[in-house]
Amino acid sequence: MSTGTTRTAGVVVVGGGQAGFSVASTLRACGYDGPVTVFAAEPHLPYQRPPLSKKAHTEPDELRVSLVPESFYAERDIELRLGDDVVALDPAARTVRTRAGRRVPYAHLVLATGARNRPLPVPGADLAGVHALRSLDDALAVGRALATARDVVVVGGGFIGLELAQVARARGARVTVVELADRLLSRAVSPQLQEHLRQRHEESGVRVLTGTAVQRIEGTDRVRQVVTSAGILPADLVVYGIGAVPRDELARDAGLAVDDGVLVDEQLRSVTDPRVSAVGDCARHPHPHAVGPVRLESVQNATDQGALVGRRLAGQPARYENLPWFWSDQGAVKLQIAGLRAPSDEVRLVPGDTPGRLAAYAFRDGRLVAVETLDWPAEHLAARRLLERRTPVLADELTGTTLGGLARARRAAEVRA
Amino acid sequence: MPTVIFQLPDGTERKVTAASGTVLMQAAVSNGVQGIVAECGGNASCATCHVYVDADRSELVGGPNDVEDEMLDFTAAERRPTSRLSCQVELSDALDGLVVHVPEEQV
Ligand SMILES: Cc1cc2nc3c(=O)[nH]c(=O)nc-3n(C[C@H](O)[C@H](O)[C@H](O)COP(=O)(O)OP(=O)(O)OC[C@H]3O[C@@H](n4cnc5c(N)ncnc54)[C@H](O)[C@@H]3O)c2cc1C
Ligand code: FES
Repeated sequence: MSTGTTRTAGVVVVGGGQAGFSVASTLRACGYDGPVTVFAAEPHLPYQRPPLSKKAHTEPDELRVSLVPESFYAERDIELRLGDDVVALDPAARTVRTRAGRRVPYAHLVLATGARNRPLPVPGADLAGVHALRSLDDALAVGRALATARDVVVVGGGFIGLELAQVARARGARVTVVELADRLLSRAVSPQLQEHLRQRHEESGVRVLTGTAVQRIEGTDRVRQVVTSAGILPADLVVYGIGAVPRDELARDAGLAVDDGVLVDEQLRSVTDPRVSAVGDCARHPHPHAVGPVRLESVQNATDQGALVGRRLAGQPARYENLPWFWSDQGAVKLQIAGLRAPSDEVRLVPGDTPGRLAAYAFRDGRLVAVETLDWPAEHLAARRLLERRTPVLADELTGTTLGGLARARRAAEVRA
Repeated sequence: MPTVIFQLPDGTERKVTAASGTVLMQAAVSNGVQGIVAECGGNASCATCHVYVDADRSELVGGPNDVEDEMLDFTAAERRPTSRLSCQVELSDALDGLVVHVPEEQV
């Protein structure tokens, strides 16, 4: 491209994570030929976060987290601006301003800024040896600390905390998980499954303290102990994961509607400005499987929403109705979730065909709406296939059979018909 | 270093070289081969790394393991006798020149 001439305004994506990558790659895969620019605050090529809490990390190469190699972007004429963050939006002028003070025009703007960790609101949280875990740099720092850590305290019994607890355990540390709620994963999975998960973690040697509050973290140069409502825990490494908040402040400051996430319609356009879309962790959207607008933090949601917006901007509009699904590998335990469960749904626990396998079917008004599985990927995949179809699965159909069995039976019937 | 040829649904071909011991899925992803989605990053939990192994090498590559075998019943594109999850196929020098076909859809 020649210098001095301004390229016509194209699609500007703010955020080079899972969702931002999906927007840019889909635009090109669908034949969009205008300019595509991705601003990414981090210095790394767009990467996947799930391995960060599931592997014992010491080297970025060992993690192999990059979504695609650098050449991918050049080959597709995607301008990737690493380490360059957007600091302000001007929806009226249709420009964004970067930290360096550059103004960049857009025809369409996609916000894919993700989420940030909720800070740990106790004294001592800023001591050396206390880490949050969200970015590749966080993971590398935790990985280095794990090389010598003997007493690890994990604050928060959610997905990231439990995954990391198993990583630390595998590296030989003594590990305690401290959770404020009475159960692990208290909102994320059905109560029926929570107890099983706790058992599995305790069997692997992780100590689990539920109903316990962290009051302060103590140490001189670095962390030495954690004071909790259940007593003092020695610690040379503390990792916390107590939830995330959407990075929606750019949108809010620009006057776009925000409510714990950028508010978007069923095509993922800002409800305030149709020239702005939001995707992934930072977006709150209507969903046919949910009661009110939801904000989901998952790879599936980020990838599928990015793809939907990419296709829409390339001329193929659609409503966002993809089935939500999620996985979490906690040491040897593989937890998978398909669909969206509401607290009022009725849950039936179903033992698998081999020991350790377990499924929890959630029904709303007698229809299957969500399925959680432990160590049973085939049942999870069957759940996804069945829940994606428009034909409902009724509670009665699942007496004496699994979803895998039902899916095979339905397919066989289709073939015969 | 074995070379693998990915035949894409649009008829194009991608030739990729990877070290012995690399899994087929990783060889595809780190070379940006489209159509190998690999949502779960190779943990045998998503079935979005499905491939059809070319018939002449299928025996050498071998069949699926137990968990993989169950999962292959629920891939997005139809299961065929030579279906594998590419994250469960380890490359070796014996597989140099392997041809695999990428299915139409993964999710
Ligand atoms: C440790 C960890 C483990 C996880 N494990 C799983 C899992 O097992 N399964 C699962 O489904 N999900 C998992 N998740 C969640 C999943 O990774 C996220 O839902 C997903 O990454 C969201 O994608 P995103 O693009 O919306 O946000 P992100 O991937 O977070 O990307 C947003 C990017 O935008 C950048 N950015 C923000 N503001 C600006 C700005 N103003 N200018 C430029 N750039 C900006 C940020 O630096 C960031 O890189 C995990 C998350 C973490 C942190
Ligand atoms: S990458 Fe998920 S099953 Fe192979």
